[in-house]
Amino acid sequence: MNVTLASYIRENLNPILESWKQFMEEEEEGKFFQIMSDDMIDSTAHELGELMIFSLTENNQEFARKVEEFSVKMARHGWSISFVMKALTNFTEAIYHHMGQTGFLNDNNSGNYIRLINNWLTPLNHSIVEAYSKTWERTVQLQKMALQELSASLIPVFDKISVMPLVGTIDTERAKLIMENLLQGVVKHRSEVVLLDITGVPVVDTMVAHHIIQAADAVRLVGAKCMLVGIRPEIAQTIVALGINLNDFTTTSTLQRGMEQALAITNRQIVEVEEQ
Amino acid sequence: MSIESSVDIITEWDIVAARQLGRNEAKEVGFGTVDQARITTAISELARNIYLYAGKGKITIERIADGAMKGIVIIAADQGPGIPDLRKVMEDGYTTSGGLGAGMPGVKRLMDDFKVDTEVGVGTTITATKWLR
Ligand SMILES: Nc1ncnc2c1ncn2[C@@H]1O[C@H](COP(=O)(O)OP(=O)(O)OP(=O)(O)O)[C@@H](O)[C@H]1O
Ligand SMILES: [Mg+2]
Repeated sequence: MNVTLASYIRENLNPILESWKQFMEEEEEGKFFQIMSDDMIDSTAHELGELMIFSLTENNQEFARKVEEFSVKMARHGWSISFVMKALTNFTEAIYHHMGQTGFLNDNNSGNYIRLINNWLTPLNHSIVEAYSKTWERTVQLQKMALQELSASLIPVFDKISVMPLVGTIDTERAKLIMENLLQGVVKHRSEVVLLDITGVPVVDTMVAHHIIQAADAVRLVGAKCMLVGIRPEIAQTIVALGINLNDFTTTSTLQRGMEQALAITNRQIVEVEEQ
Repeated sequence: MSIESSVDIITEWDIVAARQLGRNEAKEVGFGTVDQARITTAISELARNIYLYAGKGKITIERIADGAMKGIVIIAADQGPGIPDLRKVMEDGYTTSGGLGAGMPGVKRLMDDFKVDTEVGVGTTITATKWLR
């Protein structure tokens, strides 16, 4: 029976693929196909056909391997999962449609064939969902890593003076990391003044403020002074409205101003050298 | 007339999504940078309170118009524990979580209009409005 179906599909692959394409084009006014080149559509369709034949003629293990290969490829292409699922459903629809038309399917054998085709469809569906979720997990993981790399390193700028530029949203996890890097950096570089630059932080709410205050306290404990720089005017206003007390801080609007003050604290200044 | 959109608050990152939605809406209504920051910060506070104290809930942003006046309404709704002593919560520095206790009174100051509906064991709905001037 498997072999019969396999050879039926093999012999009728082209008309089946034609009706598959038609089904897909009818789907939401062909929105799915607009993103694919004709070559891509053809090769995907053929792959689906081969996969079907493969499931009927090869053993389960081989089929499982092929299915995984196919799923990973789909996910890598970045096609939406709903598109791939639609493609699969429509492919089986196209087979039924064709088998009905040619009289291959009759009342006696239809139950068995439907089961056979479902045996093909179910593992493929599972595998595709799995491949997609793996890709997504990986993406999330990578983005997390990218975000951590972005987070907060303490840069020694001058002797005794370091800067930590903060860029992006600060969540609980990043806040911890900022604190760690800050303290380690202060000790390692023997910083006396640390400038926390929040120019790149989009929102300073009570949580972010709280973390900044705690970080400054901790910096004080290891014997250095923490300055808050890069306070944009709108951020200054929201901090005031929130009633957050930053009186213990030296704060400046720009990093440049902060740096001048930091130099003053460490008894230095920048002077212009006259040309000789 | 009102247009509304919302974000479910379940994870910490939903707070960022709610904020982003609020900022976009505020921009579209025509708020300037300072008011955008006020609105975004208010959303951040309310969304984080939901996340911390109620576990989950929803932030809805509504654009409103009253005659020639335009504005934005933030609705923060949860079915959490509710707030037993609302007067205390509105005092600066009151916190049950070791925070700054500045969120609720802060949002009241950041926005033009602020209303809390809360019932212990049922949940909390906070409505805060900002008018475009
Ligand atoms: N949606 C809520 N459901 C239940 N309790 C809440 C809710 N929002 C706030 N509370 C209670 O009100 C208290 C004060 O909230 P508020 O936002 O002012 O300060 P905080 O969250 O403790 O600290 P901060 O916001 O400054 O980081 C909270 O500690 C909490 O006990
Ligand atoms: Mg709060």
